[in-house]
Amino acid sequence: MPIVQEMENAIVRMMEDLQRALQKPPSERRWGMVIDLTKCVACDACTVSCKAENKTPPGVNYNVVLKEEVGTYPNVREVFLPRPCMQCDNPPCVDVCPVGATWKNEEGVVVIDYDVCIGCRYCITACPYGARTFDFGEWYTEGTPVLAVYETAPTFEYSEERVRQEGASPVGNVRKCHFCLHRVHEGLLPACINDCIGRARYFGDLNDPDSLVSELLRERYAFRLKEELGTQPKVFYLS
Amino acid sequence: MSNNNKGLKLAYGVVVLIMLIIGAVGLYWRLTTGHRMAGYGQLIVWGLWVAMYIYFIGLSAGAFLISALVYAFGVERFRPIARLALFTALVSLLVALLHIWFDLGHMGRFYEVYTRPNFLSMMAWMVWLYTAYFLLLVAELWFDARQDLVRWAEKPGWAGRLSRLLSLGSKDLSEAGRARDEKVTRVLGVIGVPLAVMFHGGVGALFGVVSARPAWHSGLFPLIFLVAALASGGGLLMAVYAFLAPDRGTPEHRRLVEDLGKLVLGLVLLDALFTFAEYSIALYGSIPGDVAPLLAAMTGPFWYVFWIGQIGLGLVVPVILLSWKRTRQSPGWAGVAGLAVVLAFVGVRLNIVIPPLSVPEIKGLVEAVPSPRMTTLYVPTAMEWFLSIGIIGLGIALFALGYNLLPLKPQVAKEA
Repeated sequence: MPIVQEMENAIVRMMEDLQRALQKPPSERRWGMVIDLTKCVACDACTVSCKAENKTPPGVNYNVVLKEEVGTYPNVREVFLPRPCMQCDNPPCVDVCPVGATWKNEEGVVVIDYDVCIGCRYCITACPYGARTFDFGEWYTEGTPVLAVYETAPTFEYSEERVRQEGASPVGNVRKCHFCLHRVHEGLLPACINDCIGRARYFGDLNDPDSLVSELLRERYAFRLKEELGTQPKVFYLS
Repeated sequence: MSNNNKGLKLAYGVVVLIMLIIGAVGLYWRLTTGHRMAGYGQLIVWGLWVAMYIYFIGLSAGAFLISALVYAFGVERFRPIARLALFTALVSLLVALLHIWFDLGHMGRFYEVYTRPNFLSMMAWMVWLYTAYFLLLVAELWFDARQDLVRWAEKPGWAGRLSRLLSLGSKDLSEAGRARDEKVTRVLGVIGVPLAVMFHGGVGALFGVVSARPAWHSGLFPLIFLVAALASGGGLLMAVYAFLAPDRGTPEHRRLVEDLGKLVLGLVLLDALFTFAEYSIALYGSIPGDVAPLLAAMTGPFWYVFWIGQIGLGLVVPVILLSWKRTRQSPGWAGVAGLAVVLAFVGVRLNIVIPPLSVPEIKGLVEAVPSPRMTTLYVPTAMEWFLSIGIIGLGIALFALGYNLLPLKPQVAKEA
């Protein structure tokens, strides 16, 4: 039986997976992401939906889509690689934090406490995937008469309502993808999963053998980035 | 005091004042606009301030370890500069810490490193170790200078007032008191040696443990940091002693400068050996993450920092000046060699911090993020330069005040 017959089925299936996982105690969940590179068209819908969801300022990117042209003209092909945070099981960014402001939570997601982070940026240097960025306090609509609403509206990262403003966290903090935990805990999929136009991204509980992500990893050939560093990412790529 | 000396002091004061004014502008920008005017970005997340931090931390550790030759190992030859070396270490440490404090995203939260340290982090270790080191420096300096402070307390004017304050009410000028002070400084010196090795080796390890940056991830890093610290700290002491010592022109002064020159020459050559080992092994291995930062340093837009700074000023100039008989025996030329080393190691530190960060962790990262902060080129901005100049000016001012108002001058026979 084909794994995914049509797009809507996948979304419904993942949301059911989510409900099942949320019934379990948090420590028994293990969130993971699977990205099908054969379906990615590099439209950056994931990048944009993440920006809209988390209202990240200029330069702060939780998700990016790397693009590379392979071959010699006219025999060329483009390869795309969406890159969220890998949510490593052995995260090098966590060990280096001098104040313990970032850690792997019991659901396996690497989180940051914005009210503790001192902004030393050591974790950015330690991430082999470039998944962490620093909030310099910049705005997209700086220099216009009024800051746009999408910059001043509250965000709900880590299930805390926060309005970004000068001199207060998360300005001056390091920021990263958190698998939209605030959405997940409400039974919603991460923004990038919902908005992927090619249904190339999947999300779910890796501990649940019946989840779509587990099934995809069983059925298809999957790889992870920089396996040699021993970081044990929980983002898998299908090719 | 001769007119010449007065003129020099005035010029010195004017230069420091200008540095402080420039620094005030930088400070205003930093405090009102946060990090927005900074040149470091999302790829090269550490810049001038971090380089300056490890540079001054290195000067501090180096100056301290040279003072330990006297206090811990009893090399009396260097006794005249021992106390000055301790004071230099203290001022350098303050300059270093100010740099790294302004680099933080949330300056008000620095205390968290004490209240909630994560000892898996080399950075937490570093902060705790240099806090211990700071306390030890202050204590060692106090015990070493105590009896002189008591004597200076009788002096008129600011020098007397300051010495009275710093003597903390101590009046003891007895021989027994002096013997006790000597014992305490010896013990503190002995404790200080492993402490300085640990905290500066720790700064090297802070970079060395980062496996995501192949150019940092080397077992040689903590050791290179120590050797670089000793070489730069030695160069600074040599320059200070050659140009500022009150016994300039005496045979004793010339001989001590020459001895310091031998020490610095050895350390500079040792540093060159370590650097050669690090560079040659990495280049031979040809792993892109190892090679790219080295090539960036040697052939990139700032090639001159490596060739003219590190190799020219940091190696060729001191080796010639400190080995050729005519120049190594002249305190003036030896002092110039010391200054060259001091200047060159700024380049060494810049090239440790910046080029390894300029290589994207994943191919295509820079192109994927349309932000001027996601760039492989870093140039410090006016704010970064200005604030740094101000902090260094503050350090020079503190040094000058201490040097002139406290019993810190290299002790010459008649004062003892």
